[in-house]
Amino acid sequence: MSPFLFWFFALLMLGFGVSVVINRNPVASALSLVASFLCLAALFVGLNAFFIAVIQVLVYAGAVMVLFLFIIMLLDLRAEQRRRFNLVALGGGTLVTLGLVAELASVLNRFPLGRNPFPPLQGSAVDDVREVGMTLFSTHNLPFQITGVLILVATIGVVVLSKRELN
Amino acid sequence: MSVTLNHYLFASGILFAIGFSGVLLRRNILTIFMCLELMLNAANLSLVAFSRFNVSPTGLPNYNAQILVFFIITVAAAEVAVGLAIIVSLFRARQTTHVEDVNSLKF
Repeated sequence: MSPFLFWFFALLMLGFGVSVVINRNPVASALSLVASFLCLAALFVGLNAFFIAVIQVLVYAGAVMVLFLFIIMLLDLRAEQRRRFNLVALGGGTLVTLGLVAELASVLNRFPLGRNPFPPLQGSAVDDVREVGMTLFSTHNLPFQITGVLILVATIGVVVLSKRELN
Repeated sequence: MSVTLNHYLFASGILFAIGFSGVLLRRNILTIFMCLELMLNAANLSLVAFSRFNVSPTGLPNYNAQILVFFIITVAAAEVAVGLAIIVSLFRARQTTHVEDVNSLKF
């Protein structure tokens, strides 16, 4: 991926991520989240993970965000009012976050392997989906089937939770 | 200057920190949920970057990492469905999505 495209999409992704956190209106937060996920999908394309990028757009920017927006509409939320300022929570949260970033920077500074450029790929990168499918259905067949059971359980759980009364 | 693995890892870490700060600072349970999704996606970005970095002798990226990302996306979608159903039933019971209004179990 060319450096310009990397910086463009990475900064856009982080900017929209910040916008998710600082927006008081949940609808604005949700739309910023969509934009952030689309930039992330562009970064996946830059890493030659085309299948994952498509899944990211379909599942996250499509299904999950529609779900979020429907729930926001259903709950009829107004913008969050400004409550009394909890200074301890605000200071603690900022401190923990900055500590996390500082720790990450110091770890990555001591990781010389990561300074090498990405090794080149051979062959056509177009049969990405075929390779993912081969790996998924041969090496990771059992986890794939268990995921099917998990989705079934989630579906039943959502139906049970959404019923008005159980009897 | 070319883009290296560290750039991607740092972008992923910053995205994780943004999501983490959102979980700590925000009081609206829906926004907290969105920030959780941001953190999951940050993990996905670092996994895909490692997959591209760890090229096999045949010249292909490591697809096991991409399978893991696939599973993460699937589980996250199921988690969002269940979580939002819980939020809806919470709203029905309490008419609020503010975490400070739901503190009956708090010591």
